[in-house]
This record gives sequence, C-alpha cells and structure tokens, in this order.
Amino acid sequence: MFEPKRTEKEVKYSELRIYSDEELKNYTEEELKTFKVKYDIPTCDELESGPWPSFVADAKRAALRRRKLPQERMMISRDVVEDLLGQLELSFKDGETHWKHGGIVGVFGYGGGVIGRYSDLQDKFPSIAHFHTMRVNQPGSKFYNSDYLRTLCDLWEYRGSGIMNLHGSTGDIILLGTFTEQLEPIFYELTHVMDQDLGGSGSNLRTPSACIGKARCEWSCYDTQEMSYELTTHYQDELHRPAFPYKFKFKFDGCPNGCVASVARADLSFIGTWKDNIRIDQEAVKAYMNLEIKPNGNAHAGKDWGPFDIQKEVIGLCPTQCMWMEDGKLMIDDAECTRCMHCINVMPQALRPGTDTGVSILCGAKAPILEGAQMGVLTIPFMKAEPPYDNIKAIIERIWDWWMEEGKNRERLGELIQRQGLPKFLEILGLPPMPQMVREPRSNPYIFWKEEDVPGGWTRQIEDYRSRHKR
Amino acid sequence: MALSTERFARYNPEKPMENRITDLGPRHYWQYLPPVIQENYGKWKYHEILEPGVLVHVSETGDKVFTVRVGGCRFMTVENVREICEIADKHCGGYVRFTTRNNIEFHVETLEKVEALKKDLISRKHVSGSYKFPIGGTGAGVTNIVHTQGYIHCHTPATDASSMVKAVMDDLFDYFQSMTLPAQVRVSMACCLNMCGAVHCSDIALLGYHRKPPIVDDVVLQSVCEIPLVIAACPTAAISPTKTADGKKSVKIKDERCMFCGNCYTMCMALPLSDKEGDCVTVLAGGKLSNRISPPRFSKVVIAALPNNFPRFPETCDAVKKIIEAYASDAKKYERIGDWAERIGWERFFEKCDLPFTEHLIDDYRLAYDTFRTSTQFKYSEASWAVSKAAESASEE
Repeated sequence: MFEPKRTEKEVKYSELRIYSDEELKNYTEEELKTFKVKYDIPTCDELESGPWPSFVADAKRAALRRRKLPQERMMISRDVVEDLLGQLELSFKDGETHWKHGGIVGVFGYGGGVIGRYSDLQDKFPSIAHFHTMRVNQPGSKFYNSDYLRTLCDLWEYRGSGIMNLHGSTGDIILLGTFTEQLEPIFYELTHVMDQDLGGSGSNLRTPSACIGKARCEWSCYDTQEMSYELTTHYQDELHRPAFPYKFKFKFDGCPNGCVASVARADLSFIGTWKDNIRIDQEAVKAYMNLEIKPNGNAHAGKDWGPFDIQKEVIGLCPTQCMWMEDGKLMIDDAECTRCMHCINVMPQALRPGTDTGVSILCGAKAPILEGAQMGVLTIPFMKAEPPYDNIKAIIERIWDWWMEEGKNRERLGELIQRQGLPKFLEILGLPPMPQMVREPRSNPYIFWKEEDVPGGWTRQIEDYRSRHKR
Repeated sequence: MALSTERFARYNPEKPMENRITDLGPRHYWQYLPPVIQENYGKWKYHEILEPGVLVHVSETGDKVFTVRVGGCRFMTVENVREICEIADKHCGGYVRFTTRNNIEFHVETLEKVEALKKDLISRKHVSGSYKFPIGGTGAGVTNIVHTQGYIHCHTPATDASSMVKAVMDDLFDYFQSMTLPAQVRVSMACCLNMCGAVHCSDIALLGYHRKPPIVDDVVLQSVCEIPLVIAACPTAAISPTKTADGKKSVKIKDERCMFCGNCYTMCMALPLSDKEGDCVTVLAGGKLSNRISPPRFSKVVIAALPNNFPRFPETCDAVKKIIEAYASDAKKYERIGDWAERIGWERFFEKCDLPFTEHLIDDYRLAYDTFRTSTQFKYSEASWAVSKAAESASEE
C-alpha cells in the first residue's frame, strides 16, 4: 500500500540539476524593479498592483531571468515569456484569443498527454509560434518535495517556457509552452531521469485525482491516494492510447464533503462512505454544548454567530431529522442517516464516520458540452474499496465495454446513459434497480416493456383479432 | 545521470524507439509525505482552524500537524516554484503540497514553526507590491478561484481567465483572509462553455460566453474539416451542408438556432466564434458540490452578460461583491448561497442582490420544464408587480 509498484529512481536535485546556483540567482531586486519587457504592455502591467499574487509580476521575473541567461542555456528562445505577454496584451486589445485551433502533436506511441498549440501571430511573436502543453501525471494529492520540483523546474526552463500550471483542472502538472522538437527530449528526460510519466488528454482515461484523504483528513473513508495510484498505474494503456468515444474521468473523494468535486465532473465518482454507525464521543458532545470547543473546527471564527446551540445548528439542520437528545446524550438513528457530513463537520471532536467503510459509486457526471451539465447518478450504494480493487475494476471494465461499443463519437458516459436509459445501464452492469438511484420514480408512465416480460408475446395475427372485432 | 543539456537530450530522432520508456504512471505519493503525515496516515482524529489559513490536525497518537495554506496563482513560473521550494526547504524539510483549488500548503510540526513560516510568507512580495504567498483560504470565507487558461493558452476562450481571477481576488481579498461568511463561498471561472473544471456546481461561477454565430471560413473548410462531424457536433442542429459559389463544400448556419456553444469550432477550425464586442461574461450562482445538508446543485445563470472590460472587469467584480454581500448579510449560518436562495425564493435573491431578472434567465433548452415554478407559492416583488401591470395593459388593448 505504501510502496510503489516498481522501484523508482531517486530524484536528487544536486545530482540532476542543469543550472548552477549563480545561474539561478542571475538578477537583483533592483534590476527587476526597473525591468521592462520588450513590448508595451500597459493592460498587463495594470495587473501587477493589488494584494493577490500577480501572475504578470511572476512572468516578468521569469522573463528577466531568461534575458540574462546565455541563449545556449535554453533550448527555446529566451523571448518566450515576453512574447507571451506581448500576445496577451494584444488579445486584451482585440478582445479575442490569438491561439490557433488545436494541432496534433505528441510523443511517439501515445495519443495524449500533449496539447498542440500554435500562435496565430507567428511573425509577430516567433518564440511562441509553437506553444505546446505537456501534462505531467502528478503524485497523489499533489504532495511534492523540493528535489522533485527543482529538478522539474530545471528541465522545463531549459527545454520550454518555464511557465507551469500548478495544477490543471484535472490535476496534472501543466508544462505550458514549448516547441515540437523539444517534446520527445522532454519526455525522454521525464521518463529516464525523473522516472515520471505524462498524464492523459484526448479520448482516453484522463489522469485520475484524489482528495487529500488519509494523508491528513480525519474523515477519509478509504485510501484515496492508494486507489488513485493503483487505478492510474493499472490502466496506463487506456490513459495513454485513446480508444474511447471521448474522455473518461475517475475522481476519488474520501467522504461526501466532496473536496475533489467528483460528483460534478467524474464519469466514475468514488465517494467514501460507511455502512455502520457514526462514532459518538458523548464527553466531547458535552464539551461542545458547554462551549469548551468551538464548533465546525472554528470555521466561522470571523463573525459572532452567538453561542453554539446543538439543537439549532446540528439536530435541527439534519436533513432526515434522525438526531435527538436523550438524557443529556446525543442520539442518532443511523439507519435513517444519509451521511451528509453536516453533524460531523460541526463537531469533529465528538462525531466521526463509522469504521465499516467503502465507496459509493456515482456515474456520468460532466460539464455542459454537449447535452447539458450532469452530476453523477448514484449507481452502487456501497462497495468495499481495498487493494487491489478487483471488484471495482470489474465494474469499470463492464462500463467501458458498453460505452466503447455503444457510445457515439464524443459522447460522454453520462450522455449515453441519458440516451439509452438508466435501466439499460443497470442491465449492462448486472445490477438490480433500487429507489436510491432516483430522486423520485418516473411520473410519465411511458414504460418500454420488454416482449419477454409480457404474457403471450407481441406477435399477433390481425385475422384472429378481426374474428372478435368487425371492421 | 544528470539532466542532459544536449539539444535533443539523449533522444535520438533517427531511432525514436531506442531505449524508449513508456507507461510509467505517476511517482508514488508516499515518498512525498512529510514524516509526521507518514506516521499518522489514516490516524487523524480531528482538526481546528486556528486562524484564517492555519489548520491543526490532531492524530489518535497525539501527534499534531500544522498546515499553513497560502493562495497560489495557478499560472506559475519556475521562479515562483523555486521560491516555494526555498520556503519548503527552510521550514518544512523540503515538503510542500498543492490543493485541488490551486492553493499551496506547507506542513510543520510546532506552533513556533508556524509563526516563523507565516512571517516568512507574508514578507515575500513582488516588486509591484502584490503578495507572493497570502495566507488564508480556509473556513467560512472565499478561497482561491478555480479557473482555466483564457487568452494565455486557450483556443476557444470568450474571455481571459488569469486577469479576471486576479481582479476578482484583489476585490475579495479580505474574504480570503477572513472567515465571516455564513458558509464557504466557492468561486470558479471558465473562459468558455467547455468549462474545464467544476464551474457548473459553484456558489458563484464566472463564465466566458460568445454571442455571435461562427464565421464560416469556406475558403478552407472542406480541406480542414470533416463536414459530417461538424454537423453532428451541433446540439441544436443549426448546421447543414452547402456549396459555395465556386463549388467548394461548406456548411451553413441557421443563426436563430445557434446558442454559440462553440462545439462546432472545437470540431472544425474553419468556424471561429470569438468577437470583441459579442464575447461577454455570464455570472451564475447557487451551485454546490458537497452533500452537506442539501444535495449537490447546479449553478444558475443570474446575470446574462457583462462586458469584457480588460483587465479589471469592474462590472464583474461589482456583481460578485454584491451577491456575496447580500448573502453575507441575510443568510443563516451554514447556508450556502444556493441554500439561501432556495429558502428566501429566487425572487428575493434578485431583489436583495439588486439584479434584474431578464428573459435570458428562463431556461429554454432541453430540460427547461424542470425549472418552471408550477405552484402559487411566490413572494411579491417589483418584478411581479411589473408583470401584473403589463398584463392589465395588455388586456386593455
């Protein structure tokens, strides 16, 4: 569980580095204060003021650094950051982007992980003529050490723009902007030196991501990192070689609070849950009631909401009204609890999730394009989530088989479920229906009965009918 | 083996398969967990927010880990990352992590270390004066804005992302550093309808939106686009085949069917949509992801169009502030914006946020019926009196 699947190369910056300390500190604060990029960028400059971190100020220091580095210490033009700012300025003026539509680039043998991008003003901004992105599969829950990050920075500054996104929305580290000829060298260095692979893009399994889980959260019902790591490494082929109708995403939320937003964007959303009882520490409940512990982990500290009132703030807000006080003790009718996490969130020192834990699996979430936004539909109420997750892999593969067979081009799983029906989806999965899959039963009675379920079958002769009913 | 400085590293373009390594996957997470986290993995018992941006988690073993959370710019140069490494090396044994919403978290084991770390973080500013690492983003406040690439990298944006985020976060900076709201407010931003991120379930969502149908580049369309794919791509069947005067295959667009989603452009580079005057910012509100008390909800469109006034988006910033302030002054503790709007009724939401209710906000797409109010349960407002008045005058004509 805590071991990688294969021995990984150690990444020690001191052994791997490209830039010397002198090269890394090649400008002074004074130089930065007076630095001007080669273009007039008043609109961008406006974004340097204000308390929130300024990406323009950050870009400028990278631009200054590149100005002062000898060109042979960078494999793409030193002007790349300045050209980017120049083009951004022009985009503000024109009110339109200056990036061309797509472009197929990649590394040999993979169909994803690299997003092609070309400027539509290549004469004006030649050093961003190509500005491709590489997605780097992040370690679980985005924990790093400085050896790794510094090594990646040297590699990226040497062979690309030095601009990154930490992180892209799916979860990958984004290396933003390099030329086609550097894609293979970067991939070579990532794999050979850093023992690190690209993430996914295109019609494939996208890079899975997980909430912080058991690393630091008291509510995590299963090991989100472990499961994400296992499924990512198990499904490398599906991740790198697009064979699907469209994209497919796994996301791992440790509990129904949903900090990795799986219910909104994952084709398969794994949300931790429990099937036994919420653990109650009655002494701690009393402590909250006696105002000895601040409620909700002190999240409302900035305003005086009045003294904590367990009746108003916990029992009264329970969506199923399954809690009450009895003889000074907090009682929960767990069979009636829907595990919404509110009471636990309010009294973390008194209430904890149960210990018989697993995952609820919700299917088919997606953003609006094309048929509209969808959230995941609760399909499997509870499954054990323990390595090697063979039970879950079996479900995943049944879903993929059906979706790959039936899905139209660019049809997400959620859209296929809408088109062919949730009952069909259940049939494919071999699951019986349950009321928990719906908010309410159908109100239109347009039931597509199956012939085999109707006595006597459907083939009838009109003569037989006419023998009873004259025209 | 150090990182290569050869032009092509050790890659040989003549022999791309030589020594090729693939399908490695990510690096395993365990090595990047600080010792206190490794030792208490799965044993955490409870947490407390000590002050905005500072958390303590306490383990069953009695161990504690302190987290200092700072706002991060998703767009980061290697200079910024190296500075983060410097801080991590100095205070955290080299360890650091990033959150789902682009914040940065440093872990230390004592309160003294927290103070030293905080002092270091607040002292770091860009030469222009903005913080590099502002502390906050916890509890009942506004944390970082999840967003997309915008003009910095996207080929389909209807607005810019990084500038909007900077403008809005500057405006909401006090909320980032405080916990005064009834519940957390998640603000998300997407530069176009593809919505790369969970923008459709946010308390407040800012969306770039096109308002003009695509321009058909029929000079090249037949050579760069698969026409059946383009036609199938349109969710409203607005696109059909046609021929140009000089006999080239092309497509024509039924303008009145177009809702400018841009999916055709995604499939075909000869159908660009962006337009300086047409592109705008749409504001949505009331979504949520968590299951806490109420189920997850979609964000609802509350302002159809605000101008793309780069780089500070004053109208958008004002709108966001108005909504948050109305919510902060009226909602009950634990209510999210969507919960509050549902309880007081959307008519009150528009009233209290001082926003007009225009025809654009009524659904007329696939599942429109589900959004209609089919009961007599309503509250009177200026908007409803205007309808009664219009009905009276209509009947008088």
